[in-house]
Amino acid sequence: MPDFEVVDLPETDYVEAGDQAPDFERPLVNDEFWEDVSLSELTDDGPVALIFHSMDGAFPATYVWSEIDDRGWIDEFDAQFVGLSISSPYEHGDLLEDSGIDASLFSDPANGVAEAFGIVNDLDGMAGVSEPRPAVYLIDEDRTVQYAWVADEWPEFPPYDHVEEELADL
Amino acid sequence: MPAESTDEQPPITLYRLQACPYCERVVRRLHELDLDFQSRFVEPMHGDRDVVKRVAGVRTVPVIVDETTGVTMAESGNIVSYLDGTYGEGGDRVLTDGGHTVPDGGRAAGGDA
Repeated sequence: MPDFEVVDLPETDYVEAGDQAPDFERPLVNDEFWEDVSLSELTDDGPVALIFHSMDGAFPATYVWSEIDDRGWIDEFDAQFVGLSISSPYEHGDLLEDSGIDASLFSDPANGVAEAFGIVNDLDGMAGVSEPRPAVYLIDEDRTVQYAWVADEWPEFPPYDHVEEELADL
Repeated sequence: MPAESTDEQPPITLYRLQACPYCERVVRRLHELDLDFQSRFVEPMHGDRDVVKRVAGVRTVPVIVDETTGVTMAESGNIVSYLDGTYGEGGDRVLTDGGHTVPDGGRAAGGDA
């Protein structure tokens, strides 16, 4: 882990393990098109690993997906890997193409999903712009949160080894 | 926008390009006929539109897929006529011999994006 100068984020009352994940519907981008999809439609098909990350193009977004790719999670685990950031569907299309990852990405420019999950990160120096805190949610078929990690510093990266153990248990 | 978010996928899927007037023409008619549909937005670059090529054999949009009738169709003029003929007043509502693909009649050919 690189040695960053980090900022503590304020305490927040976020959706935790054992809670039911709030349902939402947003454009979900794959490598060919995007369409409105709800979280519950995904969980109806099986468990979901929902990765909240910073806007596409910022290095944490690239780092997170490249780490997931390096670890081979998408092939290894049954969960559907789904990202979410405030970036537009066009930027998501570029991220999928550039990274080659076999995931799909929710586009939420107004950051309402982060608000519903209680994980809003108001960005310093970008007036009027907020995005989700880095977060990983593992959500089962009943939309119950089985595991939640939410950053309390900025920047901060998911505890990958721990997430991997939880993925194996999902 | 589709009227309501439901877990049931509507039978009509519209492949469209954001801000494409030919697509908006079809969207307008779908709304006028009060038909629920799912929008799938494709890439601006023709070469990146593999999904419509696979579904309909073309790289132009709009393309409509109607699971109720089994119809897959390209070209906005044809689609509007199809919608009117099927779901409009005095329309067939549901084609009796579903399962076929209505060929592109070439009407207003080349007009789409």
